[in-house]
Amino acid sequence: MCGIAGLIHRGKSSDVGEELRNMLQALKHRGPDSTGYALYANNDGQNFILRFKVGENVGEGSTSVNEDESVYDERKKIVDKKLADLGAPIIKEEKLTPYSYRYEIQYGKDLMWFSKAIESIENVEILSIGKSLELIKDLGDATAVSERYGLNKIQGTHGIGHARMATESGVDIKSAHPFWGYPFADVSVVHNGQLTNYWNNRRALENKGMRFMSECDSELIAVFLAEKMRNGATLEEGMRESLTGLDGVFTYFVATKDSLGMAKDTMAAKPLVLYESDDLVAMGSEEIAIRSILPQEIDTYDPFDGEVKVWQT
Amino acid sequence: MANLKTAEKKTKAQSMGMHTEVLTGKTQQKFFNPDEAENFFYWGTHDVDFNKRTELDVKDMDCKEANNRIDELMGEGYGTIVIKNPQGKHSLGVGILNKLNLIFEGSLGYFGVGSIDGPMVRVNGRVGWSCAENMMAGKVVIEKNAGSCFGAAIRGGDLICKGSVGARTGIDQKGGSIIVGGDAGAFTGFMMQRGRIVILGDVGINLGDSMYDGTIYVGGKIGSYGSDAVEAPMTKNDIDWLDRKLKVAEIGENFDVSKMTKVVAGKKLWNYDALEPTEKKGAI
Repeated sequence: MCGIAGLIHRGKSSDVGEELRNMLQALKHRGPDSTGYALYANNDGQNFILRFKVGENVGEGSTSVNEDESVYDERKKIVDKKLADLGAPIIKEEKLTPYSYRYEIQYGKDLMWFSKAIESIENVEILSIGKSLELIKDLGDATAVSERYGLNKIQGTHGIGHARMATESGVDIKSAHPFWGYPFADVSVVHNGQLTNYWNNRRALENKGMRFMSECDSELIAVFLAEKMRNGATLEEGMRESLTGLDGVFTYFVATKDSLGMAKDTMAAKPLVLYESDDLVAMGSEEIAIRSILPQEIDTYDPFDGEVKVWQT
Repeated sequence: MANLKTAEKKTKAQSMGMHTEVLTGKTQQKFFNPDEAENFFYWGTHDVDFNKRTELDVKDMDCKEANNRIDELMGEGYGTIVIKNPQGKHSLGVGILNKLNLIFEGSLGYFGVGSIDGPMVRVNGRVGWSCAENMMAGKVVIEKNAGSCFGAAIRGGDLICKGSVGARTGIDQKGGSIIVGGDAGAFTGFMMQRGRIVILGDVGINLGDSMYDGTIYVGGKIGSYGSDAVEAPMTKNDIDWLDRKLKVAEIGENFDVSKMTKVVAGKKLWNYDALEPTEKKGAI
């Protein structure tokens, strides 16, 4: 199953961290394994926000290998050295969990080159890079992850999130959503469904230099869209191409620094309920997600098969 | 519910909200014999008075608690129940086997009023996936939009949505009528076996895919036909039935039903030669 939720405030910012937590918590029954957030926060836009993990010591219930925490410290030192070598000074650093970090860095060169250098370190994965994107994912429900990472305080314009029931790959952070749209700053994707031409697409995209960090079929959507945009397509054009390029059943959301989009497969096999007004768009796998932030009576609808929509902040 | 001992014989079945559609051929079944009414016990039913009205606020209830309370209210004789603050909760109003006026002041989530047999339901809001799934009899009116699988596998009654509906409306439908004032998504009437679907607006791709029987009427554009779904000529009976049904549904005023497209099963997908003559007809 899995549950997805997203919202975008148009022309203003809000408590998106708290709002998305409420929406995802309402969808907990659809995905108890892990929860992820891609929040577009009111950062100053001067520095890149680099969120990365150096391991997955997530304990019982996870398919990840438990490692001694000292290994994480060693890896973190190597990351710091790589950043120095890349000419990316660390302006601020936060250790969020033993294995997860948030850095503010200065960097002005190619992000693909940057990412390959950082991820060449064993078991280091960049969760996101962007000037407003804060991508957080971990095991547990929406409230647990929000409390662990202090997400309730985050204010911003929009966000997407995911409550995961693992079906195609393991219960671990690397397979959790959202996925960063490597190598583009501030691009993230969440997905509900199954993709059946994953390996064909993955092989083709890897031959074009794109990178996959997991074996989760949903990661393909982020990579597929990133590759289209890398070749000059707009976000919406890439999403429309995904309707035929991706095979299977899916409803997915994609967000950039100033937009939020949704796409639904041509069989409309996965649910989506949408609320749209002049100042807010909110959507989720079930209406109760929207009701968690808009309890009053509102008009909602299900987008049809093959529908693609994009909204700006 | 009406008093079965005093009711006219011909109205006993209807009074109990039982299936009244005449079936033919291999699927013919005898659902209820009014002569045996006195020996008939229908679990979960209550004598209710439509003039006895109450409100139930389900804001702080889960669906099981709310449904149990509805059942208790019916047991207390309430025949008109207004549900306040449903707020998109799932599975509200399911399994009601009673005559009842049930009004939801707000939207329902998944599986709203599923497996019902007899009640008159009005939802002053939207419904999620699989509304009224397996409905046997009664009337359900949705004032706004509906999600996918609207009226999945219904066997009788009238299911009406004044807005638009999602994909696979009337999937596996076995009887009754589904009437939609707006548009419908892909695979409308997928594998339907009996009954009628009326869509006043447009429909998506694969209309009537793999339908065995039944009839679909479309007022707008058709995305594409599914396997074995074919157009059929509109008859006077079709037009009269549509005119009547739209009035009952309170939608489509002044809609010219004679210009609708009628879609039936081509019956090429499986061996119809083995059927009885009554089942070889082109449409209901």
